[in-house]
Amino acid sequence: MREITYEQAATEAIQEEFRRNPRTVHMSTDLAADLQQEFGPDRIRVTPIAENSFVGASIGLAGAGFRTVSNLRMATFGFVAMDQMMNHAAKITYMFGGQAKFPVLYRMTVGAGFSGAAEHSISPYSMFMNVPGLKIILPTTPYDVKGLLKTALRDNNPVISFEHFLLGGMKGEVPEQEYLIPFGKACIRRKGSDVTIVALAKMVYSALDAAEELAARGISAEVIDPRTLVPFDREAVIKSVKKTGRLVVVDEACQTCGAAAEIIAMVTSDKGAFRKLKAAPARVCGLDIPIPFSPPLEKFAIPDAEKIVKATRGVMR
Amino acid sequence: MLAIRRFEERVAQEVYAGNVPGFVHSYIGEEAIAAGVCLNLDRQDRIVSHHRGHGHCIAKGADMKKMMAEIYGKKTGYCKGKGGSMHIADFSIGMLGADGIVGAGLPIATGAALAAKLEGKGKIAAVFFGDGACQEGEFHETLNLASIWKLPLLFVCENNHYGVNTSAKYSLGAGEITRMPEAYHIATRSIDGNDVETVYQAAAEAVAQLRKGDGPYFLECKTYRWHKHFLSEGLEDLRPKEELEAWKRKCPISVFESRLIREKILTEGKAKRINARIMEMVEDAHDFALSSPYPLPEDALQDVYSA
Repeated sequence: MREITYEQAATEAIQEEFRRNPRTVHMSTDLAADLQQEFGPDRIRVTPIAENSFVGASIGLAGAGFRTVSNLRMATFGFVAMDQMMNHAAKITYMFGGQAKFPVLYRMTVGAGFSGAAEHSISPYSMFMNVPGLKIILPTTPYDVKGLLKTALRDNNPVISFEHFLLGGMKGEVPEQEYLIPFGKACIRRKGSDVTIVALAKMVYSALDAAEELAARGISAEVIDPRTLVPFDREAVIKSVKKTGRLVVVDEACQTCGAAAEIIAMVTSDKGAFRKLKAAPARVCGLDIPIPFSPPLEKFAIPDAEKIVKATRGVMR
Repeated sequence: MLAIRRFEERVAQEVYAGNVPGFVHSYIGEEAIAAGVCLNLDRQDRIVSHHRGHGHCIAKGADMKKMMAEIYGKKTGYCKGKGGSMHIADFSIGMLGADGIVGAGLPIATGAALAAKLEGKGKIAAVFFGDGACQEGEFHETLNLASIWKLPLLFVCENNHYGVNTSAKYSLGAGEITRMPEAYHIATRSIDGNDVETVYQAAAEAVAQLRKGDGPYFLECKTYRWHKHFLSEGLEDLRPKEELEAWKRKCPISVFESRLIREKILTEGKAKRINARIMEMVEDAHDFALSSPYPLPEDALQDVYSA
């Protein structure tokens, strides 16, 4: 099968969906050259550096029957548009009693590990999980980003795609023929029987590295990539924990009030899963500090395979 | 205008009687703007409103019954009781909703204007906002976006001179609001927002330009609200009394009605009959709201997402 990069796969998803539906508009502060060449400057628009206004414009377009993709580049820039995302995009379907649909897709990069320092590195998805009305996806492979973005572009709700900054150039197999990946369906990246490791975003790869090392020590880890946070595939995680009896959740985001806490609460408040637990679940998260610049500081702040191995061995005792 | 006035008076009466939940921002005193602008709009033109939005809804042709029911939090309201006074919307008539965050409707309206431009049928969008919104960053972003994209967007600034109790003289460094759209090369006019004929004529010229695709247009309509920021016994009104009295003498409705009678376009008898008919509509709307059921508590779980 052919291999393309994560970013190429994302572009293909937009191209295919924009061909299907002419009432689509793309907005970004940088020119999306491939898209503009095919769809023209009316639909592929370069915006001023004014995140709040072009995110707001996407809502107005949606209210008028268009679908939009707004590429905010980094999640930290997305914070500039919090009013429009949190107060409006998330709420107006509900606030207006479901009179209209608001199909908007916001793409933002997340993560750390590239010495971007605090204002270019963050994984803020749990903040958005706390605001009902948004769907949240975390594509981790070229195959997934294409399938999930295509689904996002057919969904009738605001969808935020959080894409790890360091995955953009990653290559992977993506079939030529069309496919979609439904929201709320986790992917078991590695099968195992002793412990369930749920890993988010790029941490899926660190968890797979850790699982390899754990296997060498005789521990069989199952690695689950939820792929979407809202909706979340609760059943897949609970089923796995019922089988393994142990849970480790890995997330690069800060630990406090993070997605990992929610996932653990989800499992431990399920009576069936709780009864099967052989050890207290563990979290391996980013430290509760802004992401520092200097490489040794940054490495210390975020999880890696070594930290995951350590935490997993902890729950195995 | 009169329909908005009578509707708002009825709502205010019920708010002060303690019968309406939440915050209600009265449009009384500013009716000429919604009426004068919306008379120039077609059903397919889209508007975006704000927290003081009842007037825009009525002027765009919304159903008073569903409005009143929404204000009471009833299931039969426009938003099934999920929005209330500040968030009435009717997408079927191009009323894309009222937003409760000052200035936030402006970016949303640029999207509606872009949609109109892409559809290429000469439709336009209009956004209503106040002097308070002109203090927000979203205001400047929107002026800039509408200007560089030449959007068919009518900015209708309802300058009532106060953000709650803070004078725009204090909070607007530019002094005159019109200096800001002018800086973005947007066609701009400042008019008496209490004179419905002036508003109507100015909006007609603006809308004609917008339909030609000449880019955005900014209308500053100077006006004054008669009530406090929102209707509440507890909220103080620190604006000078004599200022309010002076503006009340410029009542958009009585000034216009007197002119029509003076020019023999309207008789006092006809004016009374129009008033009676409107009173009846408002009472019907109120009866409808009162007799409508509340939503079921568990209806709260619906409409978070669209299918």
